[in-house]
Amino acid sequence: MSIAMKLFRVIKPGFFTTVQDLGRHGFLKYGVPISGAMDDLSLRFANMLVGNNLGDACLELTMLGPELEALHDAQIAVAGGDISVQINEQDAQMWQTLRVKTGDVVSLGRIQAGCRSYLSVRGGVNVPIVLGSRSTYVRCEIGGIQGRQLKAGDEIEEFDVLQPLGFRLSVPRDFVPDFGAEANVRVVLGPQLKSFTEKGVETFLSNPYMVTIEADRMGYRLEGPAIERGELVDTISDAILPGAVQVPASGKPIITMCDAQTTGGYPKIAAVLSSDMHILGQAKPNNWVRFQRTTLSEAHRALVKYRDKIRTIESKLLQQRTSF
Amino acid sequence: MYPAVRYISFGDHALIMEFGNSINPEVNRKVHAFHDVISNAKLSGVCECVPTYRSLLITYDPTKISYEKLVSEAKSLEKMSKAGISERKARKAIVPVVYGGDFGPDITRVAQCHNLKEKDVIRIHAGREYLVYMIGFIAGFPYLGELADEIATPRLESPRLRVPEGSVGIAERQTGVYPREAPGGWHIIGRTPLKLFDPSWQPPALLQSGDTVKFRPVSIDEFWQIHSAASRGSYDPFIQE
Repeated sequence: MSIAMKLFRVIKPGFFTTVQDLGRHGFLKYGVPISGAMDDLSLRFANMLVGNNLGDACLELTMLGPELEALHDAQIAVAGGDISVQINEQDAQMWQTLRVKTGDVVSLGRIQAGCRSYLSVRGGVNVPIVLGSRSTYVRCEIGGIQGRQLKAGDEIEEFDVLQPLGFRLSVPRDFVPDFGAEANVRVVLGPQLKSFTEKGVETFLSNPYMVTIEADRMGYRLEGPAIERGELVDTISDAILPGAVQVPASGKPIITMCDAQTTGGYPKIAAVLSSDMHILGQAKPNNWVRFQRTTLSEAHRALVKYRDKIRTIESKLLQQRTSF
Repeated sequence: MYPAVRYISFGDHALIMEFGNSINPEVNRKVHAFHDVISNAKLSGVCECVPTYRSLLITYDPTKISYEKLVSEAKSLEKMSKAGISERKARKAIVPVVYGGDFGPDITRVAQCHNLKEKDVIRIHAGREYLVYMIGFIAGFPYLGELADEIATPRLESPRLRVPEGSVGIAERQTGVYPREAPGGWHIIGRTPLKLFDPSWQPPALLQSGDTVKFRPVSIDEFWQIHSAASRGSYDPFIQE
């Protein structure tokens, strides 16, 4: 039996804070996007640090974090984009288990490097499961807290079924990602490669593209040299997945992200590797994105490597126990 | 329709089976028929399928099934199923609609555009059966076709920021229904009292790709009667055969 406890009252919601897990799978054919953490690696880190299942629901913070009042004792962690964490105005560390007591105020600042951070709570954030996931999909008001971003006065529940950890966990320094101003991501070309000229493909692969202000959980519009399309452009809508690089007539690419609609009619020149999506999830306006071409078999090896890396980090992390 | 299905890789975990390069019921029916075949085969490593106008997207876990293996499995299923592929029986739904007035503000423009009377637009729109080509845009939104040429109308020059839930729109040779309020550029000619999407349903969408739909003109009174029955969950738009 799971017992839900009220853990936090939201004093300030932050810029755009939602509940996310690893996404809602199996409903694309009904037009329901996958949603889930934009940076799945950091969400996993945050969960590891409080001894959760790696896919448990966390708060995803965007650009500016929230201020929360603890309604009872708990263990939490913050991972992802570089953000200041304070508990009762005392500095606290990211990337490690933190303890909060009833009445404590947890304040998260502005994200300095990267775009999104994840706040985990031991036991996981408890919101109803909708279509197999707790992830918030704001556009259709599905999941999370009433299908929307947090607002002041909301109360966040956790599952109070786990004993508190008797030790502190921290992510070894070597594994803390570097959230630079340039996202280098690998792509496999296609599926509508024939809609582009050779020159267009060359342009796409050899130039950096800048993330514009039109960048959110649905997708990023990029600015940069126009990608030349061919004479026969395929514009019949078909299915799109997160990571697809679509090119409208302007030649300026749009990358679809977690909350993107499930179908679309712009030809897709390439798709970002699943194992690199977490890098893209940390890109923000004015950051640069560079695309590096890989083959499908390289992409599959990269995915195996990525999953291995997560397992390695988890076992290393469990060896880094220190006392509180 | 292509003489042979095209197999195209998409990203690192999806395969697209493309059946043609046009929007028409024959190509689309192939997509749905093959969607059934793939779903029934329950291939290990296959995650989900997304049928669209002329293609079927199949996502897979490359650590469980290789791309080459998936393609060869799909090809052999394709060969095996060729005989049975036309026998798919579609579900049929009757969707009640109040046409015109506040619920269908663009019907006048559509009528003028084609030198028709409003009642002709209604007769033509409600006069044929449509195929649900695909669900997309927003959760539960059915793309239906083909709309008769006599009332095919381009999209609005500037899209509306808010199209109310239940709105029935037309764009080019397609018609569709907004499952919830959303921005949209389709000409709105009516509104249905039916609820098209509810995440608590199994499955969450009323209409599914491959279903057929016919619209039935109703009065405002009947709209509200059906609306209240539908919100109680006691209105079944499907025809039992």
